[in-house]
Amino acid sequence: MSSADRTVRDLPMMDGEPDQGVAASPDDSASASASAIREAIREAIAENKVILFMKGTPEAPACGFSARTVAALQALDTPFAAVDVLPDPRIRQELSAISNWPTIPQLFANGELVGGCDIVTEMYESGELAEVLA
Amino acid sequence: MPSPEEIKQRIEASIEGARAEVEDYTGGGDHFHATVTATAFEGCSRLEQHRLVYDVFDGEIGGAIHALSLTTQTP
Repeated sequence: MSSADRTVRDLPMMDGEPDQGVAASPDDSASASASAIREAIREAIAENKVILFMKGTPEAPACGFSARTVAALQALDTPFAAVDVLPDPRIRQELSAISNWPTIPQLFANGELVGGCDIVTEMYESGELAEVLA
Repeated sequence: MPSPEEIKQRIEASIEGARAEVEDYTGGGDHFHATVTATAFEGCSRLEQHRLVYDVFDGEIGGAIHALSLTTQTP
């Protein structure tokens, strides 16, 4: 049952260069984009009660760890937003800078990092995940 | 790319009182699973325990070490 899922396929700002003043040089616009991406990630985490940064999509995960994490969320029938990190390597870079966590997938609930696949799976099995996501 | 033995040794050298078992679970040399038992984990959340291990490999996860899956526990 995936009617409750909402997939955020593109972070706001990813659809084009952000209008954030004049970029004097390619370096300037590169760092303007990186901070725009970081801001968009922060917003996505703040605005969605449960959000999963993953490889691929919930319908078509691109890696086993992401697939397993999605499976835990779907087993709990939890509505969640999903962001595919594959289209742009900067998403993963900026996300890891924010969360201080090196791997994908990353699950956030109520604005905080819950963990990656290992932690989410352990918590699902112990019943803790259901509590954290409630 | 590091071997399971190397990864084990680095974890045990960097985390106080740690014992690690590391396996290459795809046979391809870059997907590892480590089970780490350490007194240093006492009082730490799972997130903190995993971060302690990931910090040992700062920058290498996703690169030379494509995947490092973890199970952490206290003795």
